[in-house]
Amino acid sequence: MIKDKLSRTPVSQQPLIVKKEEEGGIGSFVEVEINGRKIQVQMGTTILEACRQNNIHIPTLCYHEDLCLAGLCRICVVEIEGMRTLQAACTYPITNKLKIQTTSEKVRKARRHILDLLLSEHYGECYSCHRNGNCELQSLAKEYGVDGYKFGHITERRHTVDRSSYSVIRDMDKCVLCKRCVRTCIDLQEVGVLEATHRGYDTTISTFYDKPLADVICINCGQCINRCPTAALKANDPSDEIWVAIDNPKKHVVIQTAPSPRASIGEEFGLPPGHSMTKQLNTALRWIGFDKVFDTNFTADLTIMEEGTELLNRLKKKLVEGDNNIKLPQFTSCSPGWVKYIEHFYPDYLDYLSTCKSPQQMFGALIKTFYAQENNIAPEDIVTVALMPCSAKKFECNRPEMHSSGFKDVDYGLTTREMAQMIREAGINLPDLEGSGFDDPFGDASGAGLIFGATGGVMEAALRTVYEIVTGREVPFKNLEITPCRGFEGVRQASVKLEGTLPEWNFLEGVDLNFMIAHGTANAKKVMEALVRGELENIHFIEVMACPGGCIGGGGQPIPTSPEIRKKRAEAIYNEDRGLEVRKSHQNPHIKYIYEKFLIDGPCGHISHKLLHTHYVKRGKFIA
Amino acid sequence: MLVSEKHGLTAEIESLAEKYGRTREALLPILQEIQMRHGYISEFAQQEIANFLDIHPVEVYGVVTFYAFLSRKPEGRYIVKLCQTIACDLADKEAIARAIERELNIKFGETTQDTKFTLQYINCMGMCDQGPAMLVNDDVYTHLTPHKAVEIIKSYK
Amino acid sequence: MPIMNDTIQFNVGEHRLALEKALKLTPQDIVMEIREAGLKGRGGAGFPTGTKWLLALSAVAEKKFVICNADEGEPGTFKDRVLLDEYTNLVIDGMTIGGYAIQATEGIIYLRGEYKYLLNKLERFLDEKRENNQLGNNILGTGFNFDIKIRLGSGAYVCGEETALIESLEGHRGEARNRPPFPVNTGFMGYPTIVNNVETFASAAIIISKGADWFKKIGISKSYGTKLVSISGDCKKPGVYEVPFGISIRDLLKMVEADEAKAVQVGGASGQCVPESQFDRKISFEDLSTGGSVMIFNKSRDMLHILKNFMEFFVEESCGQCSPCRIGNKKLLEGIELIEQGKCSYTYLNELIELGKSMQLASKCGLGQSSPNPFISILTNFENEVFSTK
Repeated sequence: MIKDKLSRTPVSQQPLIVKKEEEGGIGSFVEVEINGRKIQVQMGTTILEACRQNNIHIPTLCYHEDLCLAGLCRICVVEIEGMRTLQAACTYPITNKLKIQTTSEKVRKARRHILDLLLSEHYGECYSCHRNGNCELQSLAKEYGVDGYKFGHITERRHTVDRSSYSVIRDMDKCVLCKRCVRTCIDLQEVGVLEATHRGYDTTISTFYDKPLADVICINCGQCINRCPTAALKANDPSDEIWVAIDNPKKHVVIQTAPSPRASIGEEFGLPPGHSMTKQLNTALRWIGFDKVFDTNFTADLTIMEEGTELLNRLKKKLVEGDNNIKLPQFTSCSPGWVKYIEHFYPDYLDYLSTCKSPQQMFGALIKTFYAQENNIAPEDIVTVALMPCSAKKFECNRPEMHSSGFKDVDYGLTTREMAQMIREAGINLPDLEGSGFDDPFGDASGAGLIFGATGGVMEAALRTVYEIVTGREVPFKNLEITPCRGFEGVRQASVKLEGTLPEWNFLEGVDLNFMIAHGTANAKKVMEALVRGELENIHFIEVMACPGGCIGGGGQPIPTSPEIRKKRAEAIYNEDRGLEVRKSHQNPHIKYIYEKFLIDGPCGHISHKLLHTHYVKRGKFIA
Repeated sequence: MLVSEKHGLTAEIESLAEKYGRTREALLPILQEIQMRHGYISEFAQQEIANFLDIHPVEVYGVVTFYAFLSRKPEGRYIVKLCQTIACDLADKEAIARAIERELNIKFGETTQDTKFTLQYINCMGMCDQGPAMLVNDDVYTHLTPHKAVEIIKSYK
Repeated sequence: MPIMNDTIQFNVGEHRLALEKALKLTPQDIVMEIREAGLKGRGGAGFPTGTKWLLALSAVAEKKFVICNADEGEPGTFKDRVLLDEYTNLVIDGMTIGGYAIQATEGIIYLRGEYKYLLNKLERFLDEKRENNQLGNNILGTGFNFDIKIRLGSGAYVCGEETALIESLEGHRGEARNRPPFPVNTGFMGYPTIVNNVETFASAAIIISKGADWFKKIGISKSYGTKLVSISGDCKKPGVYEVPFGISIRDLLKMVEADEAKAVQVGGASGQCVPESQFDRKISFEDLSTGGSVMIFNKSRDMLHILKNFMEFFVEESCGQCSPCRIGNKKLLEGIELIEQGKCSYTYLNELIELGKSMQLASKCGLGQSSPNPFISILTNFENEVFSTK
C-alpha cells in the first residue's frame, strides 16, 4: 500500500508474487457481469484484463503492457451500472460484483467523440506517414468507421520535427499525448528525457527546456519508439543513402546482420513472433543488392574472445598481482544504450566497463582493414551497413572513436523495421524466399554469438568459453544451456564454481565465478547503485543490456512489443542455437583463422587493442 | 550566469533541500522559495534542484511549466496579477488593464525595461465580491478603479 | 459574514469547546456523530463526510493524513477565504477532530497561492494553538498527537481536485489520479488520507460542538445544516452568507438585493446556469448543488461573453492529461468563437453539446466532467439569446 518505487516498475519487470488464498489472492474470485455474460474473475483484475480473458474487445491507446497504468486517453471507457460517469477499463480493478456494459450507447458515443478529438489534433495524412498500416490511432479510426473530421483537423504544423539525434526523430505534431514514451523513459528505463510539460491545451511532451534530443541525456535506446502508438517517434532512417550506395557500382556494399533482427523480422511480414528468418533474410539482402552478407555473430564470438580474455586478465592482475587499480566487476559493453547511460549517470565508473567494442563496431573495423586487404578492395570504396535491432547503434557508429580503420568503421546502422521496409520496397515477400547462407570469411558463427540477442546471452556465451579456457572442460550444464542466465527477471545473479583448473589458471581453483545480468536501464541503475554502495565486491562479471529483454527487445525491433513477444523472440534464438554445430565462440574456425592470420598477437593483444577496443567519454548529467 | 552566481544558487538550493528534505515532496516548496527570492527559476536552478532531489531535470521542468505562479524567465520585481475571471471581468477589469498598461507603457505579458513591473492576467483569485481585484506580488487589492489601480502601481515605483 | 434569519451555525464564540468535547469521545463516536448528522462535503461534490472518515478510520496503516483543501479556485467562490481569515479556530479544530477521528497524526492545509497573504496569520494561529496545547503532542492531556503544516499552491485550479491536490503535495504536476484506489486507502504518500473542504471541517467541528440533532434541525432532507454561499455579480450586497439548505434562488436574490437578474450561475464556472424561469429551484444536494458559488447576471449581460470567459478559464486550467478535457474544452471554446462570428451551424452546435455530454461522462476527473456544464446549460437555457439571434 505504501508508495514504493517498485510499484511503478512495469509489470513485465516485476517478480511474480502469488498471494495466498487467505490474503485475497488466488482462489478469491468475484463474479461480474459483462454485457450480460456472467464471468468469474480473480479479485483485483482490471476490467480490461477481464474483458481480454473473455475475448471481449476493448479499444486502448495509452495502455501498454510494459508500462504503469495511466488511464488518460479514456478511449477504453465502459459503463458500470450505478455509476454516474464512465470508467476507464484499463485502470479499474474489479473488487466486487459489477455490471459492466462495454458497448452501450453512452460508451460508443464517448469513445467516438474522444477519437474525433484526437484526430482533430493529429497532424498529417496517413498515406504520407511511416506508420501507415501499423498505427494504433489509424486502427481505431478504422474500427470506428471514421470517415471525416467531425471537429476539424489541424492543417498547419505547430512543432518543428526534432532531427538532431542520430537515433530518434520526434515529430510532436503526431503526438496523441498518451505518455507511453514518458512512462517508458522515466519509469521503464529511468533515463528521464521526456515528460509532459506545460498545461491544459498547451500540454506537450518535451525534453528539458524543449532542447534538441541530441543535447539532452538521451541514451538512444529507442524504447519510446517501440511504444509510441503513432508516428510521433521514429528512428533516424538511413535507407535512402543505403540505396544510393547500392546503386553505385563503384561501391562495395557489405551488410552484417545481428542475431535479433532475424528472430523478429518475420513479424514485419505478418508472421507471428518467434520465427527465425536467418536464411531467407540472407537471400533477400542479396536480392536487394548487397555485395556481401555477413554475420555479426562472428564478431560476437570475437567479442567473447576479447572480453573473456580481458576478464581473465583483470582477475589475474587483481588476484595474483594484487593490482588494486584493476576494477571488478567487469561490465559488458556491447549495448550502446547502456554505454551512454553509464557515461551520463555514472561517469566515475567507466573503468569498470570492458574496453571491448560492440560486435557491430568490431566488424566495421575488420571489414575496412582485414577484409579489404584480403580481397584487395580500397577501404574507401567499402560501405558497411549493420542490420541491428537497435536505434542506439546509429549513434554508436557515429562516435568519433569509431574510426579505427582510418575511416568511419560502420557507415550505417539500420534497424529491423527499416530493413523490412527496404525489403518490401524491393518487392520481396520475405517468407516466400528460399534460404541461403552467409558469405565468407565471416560467414560461420557459433551459437554463442547468436544468443547475444537475448538478455543473459552474452554472459552465457562468455561462460561457455571462459570456463573451458580455465578448466579445459565444457561448462557443466546440460546441452551447454546455462539456465541461470536465461529468463526475464530484471536483475539476476548466479555463480559457477571453477574446479579442476588448468595449471595456468591455478589461482582460480575453487573460485566461485559470480556474475549478474541486468536488462533495461532501470535495472542497470539498481546494479550501479549497489556498486556505488560497495555491495558488489565479490561479483566478477556483469552483463547489462539497455533494453528490456536484451537486443530482441531493442529500439529498432518491430512494433508492437510486449513481454510475450520478447519471450517468443528469445525462444527463436535459443532454438536456433540448439541446432548449431559450433556453440562455443573459441571453437569457431573463423575465429581461429583470424587470430592466426591477422590479430596475430592474440586476444587483447596490440592489434586487437587498436582495432577492437575503445575508450569512453565522461559525459555527466549536466544539460548545457 | 557567472560561476560565482551559480555557486551561490547551488548553496542556496542545498540549504533549501536540507530544510524541506531531499525528497520529491520538497519540490514545490523549494521552487516557491526560489521563485520568491529570485523572481524566476532558471534553467541552472532547475537542474540543481533535480540533482539534490535525485529526480530528472525534465521532471522539474514539467512541474515549473505546470503551475502558473512559477516562471522560467526573469520577471519584474513586482508582478501585477490582474484577475480576468468572470466577476472581475464583469466589473470591468478591461478598464483597469488599459489604465495600468498606459501607466507603465507595456502590455500584459510584458515586463518594464527597468524590470520593476511585470503585468499578468490570472484566473479567479477569490475576490469575486470585491472585483475588480489584483495581486501585486502577494498583496491583495480589491474594488479597483482605473484611478485607484494607477495609484497602487505608483506606490510601488 | 452577513447571516440570514436566525440560522446561525457558524459562530466564532459558540464552538470553542468542540475540540475538548471531541477528545473525550472515541474516534468511532465522532465518525458516527458526523454520519448521523448527514454531513456532506461542502466543496461541491457532496460525498458523505462520515463515510469518508469511516473508511479512513478502518484503513490499517502506520500513518494517516488529514488534508484541508483550501485551494478554493472555483470562480465565484470565496467563502473559504473568509473562514480561514475569520473562523480560523473552527477550521483548525475541525481538522484536529478529523485527525482524531481517523487516528491521523499529521494534517496539511493546502492553501492556494492566491491566498498567500493569509499565510502568516495562519501560521501565527497554529503557533498559538500549539502553545495552548490544542495542537502538537499530547493534545489537552489526552495523549493524542496531531500537528498541522501549511503548504502553498502555485496557481492551478485543478489542484482543488483531491487527487490532483495530493499529486501536487507530492511534488508532481497536478494531474488527477485514477480512482480506485481512493485517497481514504491510498492517499498522500500512499497512506490513508482524508481530503476535505475548509467548510466541511468547520461544519464537523460545529456538529461535534452542538450535536447531530441540533445540526439537522436546519436544512431539508438529505441536505442538512447551513451552507456558506459566496455571492457575486450583479447585486447590491455581494459577500459570503450563511443560508439554510433548501433556500430558493429567488430568496437568495432578494437577500442580496439583485433586482434585475436574468440568470444565476450556481456552483461556479463548472456549475449550472439557471434562467429566471427556474428561480424557484433550491440550493441543495438534490437540486442545485454548489460548493458555494452564486454569480448573478443582470439583464444587460451578454451570456455568450460570460460563457466564453468560462471556457477560456477551463482551456487554461485543464491539467491536460486526459483527451476529452484537454481537447474537448478547446473545441467548445472554438465553437463559441464560431457562434460569435455567426458561423456555427445548428447541427454543429448540437454536435458540440453532445461532445459536452461525452466529456461529462468520460473525463478522468471532476474538472473535465463538469467543465461542459456552463456550455450545455447556457446554450440550452439561453439558446435564443446566444445562438438563434446571432
